[in-house]
Amino acid sequence: MTTTEGAPEGTDREISGAELVLTDVVKKYPGQKTPAVESLSLTVPAGEIVMFIGPSGCGKTTSLKMINRLIEPTSGSITIDGKDIRQQDENELRRHIGYVIQGGSLFPHMTVEKNIGIVPKLLGWDADRISARVTDLLDLVGLEPGRYRGRYPRELSGGQQQRVGVARGLAADPPVILMDEPFGAVDPITRQRLQDELLSIQRELRKTIICVTHDIDEAIKLGDRILILKEGARIAQYDTPEAILGAPADDFVADFVGAGSSLKALSLARVSDLELRQPTTARVGESTAEVRERAEANGDTAVVVIDERGRPRGWPWVRQLKGETIVVPDLELNDVDERSTLNDALDTMLSSNHGAAIVTGDRGQYLGIVDFAAVTEQIRAMEEQAGG
Amino acid sequence: MWEFISERRASLAFDAYQHASLVLQCVLLATIIAVVVAALITRARQLEPVANAVSAIGLTMPSLALIGLLIPLSGLGTTTAVIAVTFYAVMPILRNAVVGFAQVDATLLESARGMGMSELRTLTRIRLPLAWPVILAGVRISTQMSMGVAAIAAYVIGPGMGKYIFTGLATDGGANSVNNAVVGTFGIVLIALLADGLLLLLGRLTISKGIRA
Repeated sequence: MTTTEGAPEGTDREISGAELVLTDVVKKYPGQKTPAVESLSLTVPAGEIVMFIGPSGCGKTTSLKMINRLIEPTSGSITIDGKDIRQQDENELRRHIGYVIQGGSLFPHMTVEKNIGIVPKLLGWDADRISARVTDLLDLVGLEPGRYRGRYPRELSGGQQQRVGVARGLAADPPVILMDEPFGAVDPITRQRLQDELLSIQRELRKTIICVTHDIDEAIKLGDRILILKEGARIAQYDTPEAILGAPADDFVADFVGAGSSLKALSLARVSDLELRQPTTARVGESTAEVRERAEANGDTAVVVIDERGRPRGWPWVRQLKGETIVVPDLELNDVDERSTLNDALDTMLSSNHGAAIVTGDRGQYLGIVDFAAVTEQIRAMEEQAGG
Repeated sequence: MWEFISERRASLAFDAYQHASLVLQCVLLATIIAVVVAALITRARQLEPVANAVSAIGLTMPSLALIGLLIPLSGLGTTTAVIAVTFYAVMPILRNAVVGFAQVDATLLESARGMGMSELRTLTRIRLPLAWPVILAGVRISTQMSMGVAAIAAYVIGPGMGKYIFTGLATDGGANSVNNAVVGTFGIVLIALLADGLLLLLGRLTISKGIRA
């Protein structure tokens, strides 16, 4: 197990995940004629996100829960990093597998800090180490540590609770993380954001993530590979999103992926494939007059305000800049992660009055902006490629 | 009346203290018993109807009758009083604890399990704190009830304020009979109110801010 402590920021992109192998895994419940999981064999490469998807009752959640032994397989074997999970004590095993479920499932009587610290505490970390880890994780999921660590779950929005849920799953730096419809309980805009954040976190940590979903768009967006299951957890297709969209194995998969597949191609291209524009930026605390001058020289009518931690905080018009120095604008910001799909980027652009979206990288760092022109250019290039 | 009280100040204070101490210790013991039994019931659901039946029958049994039944077993004195008071005190707490444990969201318990918490830890860290407001409500009811039961325990020469009431009733028509009965009764009411206030305070201190109503 390569459990490097909270992978150092921005340096190496070492894979901290572990390979997961399922061999002929069967789950049969007593009194049921057909097994819930017939015979599932699957290899998940270290550091990849695999999305489990299929009709309800197809056994995807059952398969997931067998990995951390919440459900014991009837037969077959599951190994993590070559080690059979049945050779280990089940509680010990679970402490080394992250588990994130819908809505975050936070314990309402514990603060954010206590919730995140549960597994580290079970592993016997000392208080200082847990506290430092909580700070790091809250920062990673985009919640200001000082402001949120002492709060109770009911004092958080649904999206914030889910972020804490993800932080809790990552707490002890497990090589494998299981997610069961993690973003099912939040509104579409928040969901898109949380997905973006997960991609950003994954770019940094490279865990092995198994994620159950019922949303094919989510599967295409997040998955390095997608596992499409039929009843009895029989594999319909297990491949990259590109291959599944481009060459569905059979009618079942084609049906499942659904109509509008050409539109779905927009979900395959990522913002990072595009040329980003670099408009005038302003640091919080800079002199307003200087910023105004700079914007005029660049011919920009708006500036991106960046805070001291390098995160974009707003995108005001130049005429909206007031006061001596630049302050954090009191506006909702429309930003997308660089691993976002063109689909999401278009969505965000349409709701922005700039007709463009701010792009962020690791830990919400500002990268540039993406506009309609760049997207149409990319679509044209994709069509040419497909045609040629 | 005031004369009656001030003449017996010292012994009244001692008996009041004894009464409160008997009730509080019995309720504490009853809380521990009830929580342990409720935790076992939560593991083996088929026991739930049994527990409900026992607590229903238990509560209909007149306390004087139970005390009478206990005399041949544990004799006269404090032991019998403690057994009787604890027996009744268990009932409301047990009921509330069973309900409180059952109300804990199953997905929370599964995520506790999924994070590698042992069953015992899940009980002490998750189930108990989440069920605590309901359990504590049972403790308050139980305390009030036990104040009355403890008074009857004076019948077997148990400690507390009950003896003033019995003396009053036994000497009906005598000079101090009314004084005795009234002092015993109101004394108990006073102790009960005080205890309830303390339990409210305990609630403020022990119920997590995250789940306080």
